[in-house]
Amino acid sequence: MLHYILKRVLLMIPTLIGVAVLIFVLLRVVPGDVVEARYMAQGSQFLSQDLMNLERQKLGLDQPLWKQFTTWMGGVLRFDFGVSMWTGSPIIEEIKLRFALSLQLAVMATVVATLLAIPLGILAAIKQDTWIDYVVRVFSIAGLALPSFWLGILMILAMLIVFKWLPPMVYTPFWVNPWDNLAQLIWPALAVGYRYSAVATRMMRSAMLEVLREDYIRTARAKGLWLKLILARHALKNAMLPVITVIGLEFAFLLGGLVVTEQVFNLNGLGLLFVEAISHRDYTLTQALVLIVAAVFIFVNFATDIAYAWLDPRIRYR
Amino acid sequence: MRLVHALAVSALLVLPTQVLAQKSGGELVFPVPSEPPSYDGHREETFGLIHPLAPFYNTLLRVDPNDPGGTKPYPSIAETWTKSADGKTYTFKIRSGVKFHDGTTLTSKDVKASYDKIIFPPEGVGSSRKGQYAVVESVSAPDASTVVFRLKKPSGSFIASLLSPYNFIYKADILAKDMHWYEKNIMGTGPFTFVEHVKGSHVVGKKNPDYWDKGKPYLDGFRAIFIRSSSAQVAAVRGERAHIQFRGFSPADRDALKAALGDKITVQESPWDCILLVAINHEKKPFDDKRVRRALSLALDRYQASEALSKIAIVKSVAGVQVPGTPFATPPEELEKLAGYWKDIDKSRAEARRLLKEAGVPEGFSFTFKNRGTPMPYEPLAIWLIDQWRQVGLNVKQEVIEPAAYYTPLRGGDFQVAMDFQCGYIVEPDLDMYKFLSVDRNHANYGRYTDRVLDDLYDKQSQATSDEERKKYIRAFEKHLLDEEAHYLMTLQWHRIIPHSSKVKGWTITPSHYLNNTLDVVWLDQ
Repeated sequence: MLHYILKRVLLMIPTLIGVAVLIFVLLRVVPGDVVEARYMAQGSQFLSQDLMNLERQKLGLDQPLWKQFTTWMGGVLRFDFGVSMWTGSPIIEEIKLRFALSLQLAVMATVVATLLAIPLGILAAIKQDTWIDYVVRVFSIAGLALPSFWLGILMILAMLIVFKWLPPMVYTPFWVNPWDNLAQLIWPALAVGYRYSAVATRMMRSAMLEVLREDYIRTARAKGLWLKLILARHALKNAMLPVITVIGLEFAFLLGGLVVTEQVFNLNGLGLLFVEAISHRDYTLTQALVLIVAAVFIFVNFATDIAYAWLDPRIRYR
Repeated sequence: MRLVHALAVSALLVLPTQVLAQKSGGELVFPVPSEPPSYDGHREETFGLIHPLAPFYNTLLRVDPNDPGGTKPYPSIAETWTKSADGKTYTFKIRSGVKFHDGTTLTSKDVKASYDKIIFPPEGVGSSRKGQYAVVESVSAPDASTVVFRLKKPSGSFIASLLSPYNFIYKADILAKDMHWYEKNIMGTGPFTFVEHVKGSHVVGKKNPDYWDKGKPYLDGFRAIFIRSSSAQVAAVRGERAHIQFRGFSPADRDALKAALGDKITVQESPWDCILLVAINHEKKPFDDKRVRRALSLALDRYQASEALSKIAIVKSVAGVQVPGTPFATPPEELEKLAGYWKDIDKSRAEARRLLKEAGVPEGFSFTFKNRGTPMPYEPLAIWLIDQWRQVGLNVKQEVIEPAAYYTPLRGGDFQVAMDFQCGYIVEPDLDMYKFLSVDRNHANYGRYTDRVLDDLYDKQSQATSDEERKKYIRAFEKHLLDEEAHYLMTLQWHRIIPHSSKVKGWTITPSHYLNNTLDVVWLDQ
């Protein structure tokens, strides 16, 4: 097991280098750069080529590509992502605040999704083809069909029209004011968590149905074991394997992928920062964000694989 | 006694109601659709810097905050100013008792250092406005309360150029130590002092108790919240989480807010000093032929578009080279004589077809129209243009390009016809018409033409000694640009709509979303 973990950790390095090379090249293939985005987008007419050259020189964009890449990678190896080309602020600073919000939202949405998906999935499986199963299926299919940002818009409109109230527009950390924090984040967590739960509910239901048809479950029932005990001790652990994969991947996605939902609720999260970094052609910030998100995905996959071994003793990694 | 009492009551009634009504206190909350990249007004170009940061600074002069035309110069740091007889020397008397937020006193040295940074930036310092002050020969500070600008030649727009809301007055001692200090720090003389900027979230300012304009500001503070999504901005105003958004909302947003909040919403509207232009690449055939360019303009029914598009987009007035209704704008009855502005659209389109035929452009001729991937108002205007050109037998394909990459083909000349954009901080012919000068005088002329007649008319209007003389040259410039040569096409003037909380008082809309953001005269009726 230890050998397996070590091998997986070492494999992360070439994966991250591959991601770094890919994003570095892709960004430079796209037309436009940060200097154009900064000055030209405003339709400035007094702008001189000298100023544009000066700004490019200050940002190192006049250097050959190999030099730009090695300088950047040298920094990354020292965990120094450099400064944002758009704001001039250290990238760590830019990401820190947004990461806290995105992480909290991802955790809250995951909790919402898990609390909904696991009981509903189990219930639908054990009550297969009854009205309970149909209700759960409709509920989960509706969750799949409704984009979370659209649900978010509906929630905001309902709050505005019915309650004449809107969640706070500015993020307050939980430790500063838990009420304000939850008043802002609970709504996007519900909107995102519902969609997320729909995927997990369906996965839970089908995995549970499959497990319930296994020989060892039939044997347990034949022995006269109590149904709740069969489900908790024998069925749930095995049925959870695919659900954990889904939850893990969705969690990683939530950290940087909630662009539209963040816009709808005006959340200062990583998704919005990502889009702004790309639209500003902020190479350094985009590269750092891609690397961080890639690292999160790799780590979550790794953690999921380890969880497999814990849940299913038959799985042994060599 | 009764007479005395009656006179006293009458005297009270004739006092300006605003003076009686102003209330102090409260925090003004407003969404800002974009965030400043840095804090340096001399470097940046976006309103995203002006809206949250202008309240921390003063400029040498400002636009009169009560002038809805947004053109009248008004004292700020400079109390008075004079112009020499030859029109080449401007002398400004600096107000006494102006203090920076660190407690030090502002002198003419600070004004000179700030303008030197803008006009004559040292090696390695960027100033995006340097070109605008090419006429300035020197800036001097002969004593602590006097600043003198010497010009190379007289300029009709020099005072207007000093009204730029970006020209914050910085502290000379700080600039002497580090020219880049103001990119990452805020410290001015404005009515509000800086409290915090949480990146991606908000900027907070609080009342400056030592502000030189005694009694102001009225507000205890302000909070600028960065909200990118327009629907979230509208929701913020509708949910009364924000009082006002200073850039502008769409007609649909205005109507929705008014319907939802009724009297709690006050709407201010104005023509907006922004316009989408059609750049026609003179280096691509058949657009090098002025008959083809004129046909493109003649095909447009601007009056019908004004009526239809103003319901769904932030555009309204039919315009020439100046914002309609402003001092140098061409009156509608004169504008109607220019090609593309005729009221009789059938006659206009028949002429367009005739010109295309004469120029050898076949029926169904295809070209690509490049458009910027910004929905409002680029999208509706592009659809309108394509439809109008189709009506004179042209087949147009639209290519939408992402905003950050949009100017690469325009600057490189890699287009046939494309949407272009112009937006000013003040309505001033020198600033508004500079865009159209020959390409060797202005690289932002994406039509890529050279026209010395136009250059000459521009210089003449700029140096004209009277408004009447200036108007004459502006009209000739406009006719040459839009009619005789049809170098560029105007679409419709943008229309600025600000539906705000009725609690917000003392703020007057202008044609520019860069103006009136110092917030010293704004107060909340609560």
